[in-house]
Amino acid sequence: MDPNTHTGGLPQEKSTFNTKAVWRTFWILLAITVFELIVAIIYYETAFINKHFLNGVFVIMTLAKAFFIVAEFMHLGHELKNLVMTIAIPACLFIWFLIAFLWDGSSFYHLRMKYDPYYVEQSKTPIKKTEHKEEGKKPGKE
Amino acid sequence: MAHSVPVGTKWWSGGKSPFNVEYGKLMMWYFLMSDAFTFGAFLISYGTIRFSSYSWPNPNDVFRSFPIIGEMEIPLAFVSLMTFILIMSSVTMVMAVGAGQAHDRKAVIKWMFFTILGGLAFLGCQAWEWTHLYHEGAWWGRNPFLNINGTQSSTNFTNFFFTITGFHGFHVFSGVIINLIMLIKTWRGDFERTGHYLMIEKAGLYWHFVDLVWVFVFTCFYLL
Repeated sequence: MDPNTHTGGLPQEKSTFNTKAVWRTFWILLAITVFELIVAIIYYETAFINKHFLNGVFVIMTLAKAFFIVAEFMHLGHELKNLVMTIAIPACLFIWFLIAFLWDGSSFYHLRMKYDPYYVEQSKTPIKKTEHKEEGKKPGKE
Repeated sequence: MAHSVPVGTKWWSGGKSPFNVEYGKLMMWYFLMSDAFTFGAFLISYGTIRFSSYSWPNPNDVFRSFPIIGEMEIPLAFVSLMTFILIMSSVTMVMAVGAGQAHDRKAVIKWMFFTILGGLAFLGCQAWEWTHLYHEGAWWGRNPFLNINGTQSSTNFTNFFFTITGFHGFHVFSGVIINLIMLIKTWRGDFERTGHYLMIEKAGLYWHFVDLVWVFVFTCFYLL
């Protein structure tokens, strides 16, 4: 079968493959991951920065990684703009999805803290860490 | 980057491919989008539960073991290795796609082989991690870990962890199977006969998607 059967008319992609770009993407992804890791470990040891701010940084770096994977590895950045839009526009639903459901979660949090004194007490009373290996209980054997 | 179609061209009157991609590849993109929403629903429900909880276990305390070495001073080391393996196998997959475009059958076989190897290595790592957590007493419905403030933790943490990494692991598993089939088809010379290696590209899209999801799973469970 002729490879142009399905793409009749338009010129078929002629080896736009670029090894250099692939490796560059790889190094970017690796660098971001290593950076995230180092920051996470430093935070774990020292708590040097506000955790909410740090989470924001992690989310931005995650989105950057996602962009590079989709645009370069999955080659979407080199496709026709209309095709990109049929994927990018529905993906915008995630914005509503995130806002609506995280809002819901935080609403539930406030309701619980206000109306469920047992939950509040349980959430604020540290318990002694038990050595779970000595409990003799194995999951699935109850 | 993206190209645009000249104005006045009637791409939609039939007989042409308006997006300049093969039908199967386009449908793979739309399947992946629906899959993205499935994973999105999982991860966002995890976020909802976390937002509704007063405290949550610290991933740095939970995920700090490494095979053979045991408890590490550096948390998250093992999961970083898993991330590295998956990114690396994504690179070998791109190489396979590139070799396919150049109709280099031997190179496709080589790169597909490395990609499958990477996928199996990732699955092995995940199996180890699950086994380890299981022996620590964690499973669906059981959570031996305390919250970061030392209070009793609910089973939400382990339920979400095993469900979402399990669902992702299942995707990796099916990706390895798909890649294996592609390797066999390449080896048999099927794509030489059809004249193109588009199947490799479609399998590649799926494989990169698995990598993409892992990026989000990694952030949600191990960093935030």
